[in-house]
Amino acid sequence: MKIAAGSHTGTGTWLVQRATAVVLALALPVLGMRILLALPVDFVGWRALFQPVAMRVACVLAAAALALHAWVGLRDVLMDYVRPTLVRLILYLVVIVTLAGSVAALAATLWSLP
Amino acid sequence: MKPAARPVDFNPLRIRLPVTAWVSLLHRVSGVLLFAALPMGVAALSVSLADAGGFQRAAGWFGHPLGKFALLGWTWAFAHHFFAGLRHLALDLHWGSSLADARRSSIAVLVVSAMVTLAVAWRLLR
Repeated sequence: MKIAAGSHTGTGTWLVQRATAVVLALALPVLGMRILLALPVDFVGWRALFQPVAMRVACVLAAAALALHAWVGLRDVLMDYVRPTLVRLILYLVVIVTLAGSVAALAATLWSLP
Repeated sequence: MKPAARPVDFNPLRIRLPVTAWVSLLHRVSGVLLFAALPMGVAALSVSLADAGGFQRAAGWFGHPLGKFALLGWTWAFAHHFFAGLRHLALDLHWGSSLADARRSSIAVLVVSAMVTLAVAWRLLR
């Protein structure tokens, strides 16, 4: 039987981590500069920054890549340091809910802009 | 005959880790910190975009000394993770994987992320 909280998809997750790393290394500096160059802003300017659909889509895609990247990293950390299976599975769940919740909250925030 | 007991000691405060190991360790630490900061960042963005009052409140958080300190900690974590990550990708392609090169690039990661953090500190605190 496979170990419930073990690593049996090593190459796939390794590849996901590297692919998302490349995407983030390209996307985050661009998004970061887009925001930093707009500073200082007032509320109207701040909202206008996130108004274009391209900006919203780029932010949510970057957040999705970040969530996948962080999932692999946190999973590695938990596999290394948390031995009891039940505790590790509960922490996996906490990580997944945090990451999926953050991406969903970001999308909801950006698409609720008037 | 019983084999001699090997010293097994992974306390990083007692053993002298090479600089490459420190960069690797800090890559993990910074990654976990960035993970912890993500939901807070999304929450702050959400508040700042909701209405003019929320924007003022969020601006207040990042104007507070504690907020600036958090922002500075985030800056170091991001810079270290970013540059250590680029180094990792290079090593995957067998670029700079000799011991001497790996030591040099580790030192470069520490120096560059410290410089980025100092530059942001100067901008935030002056």
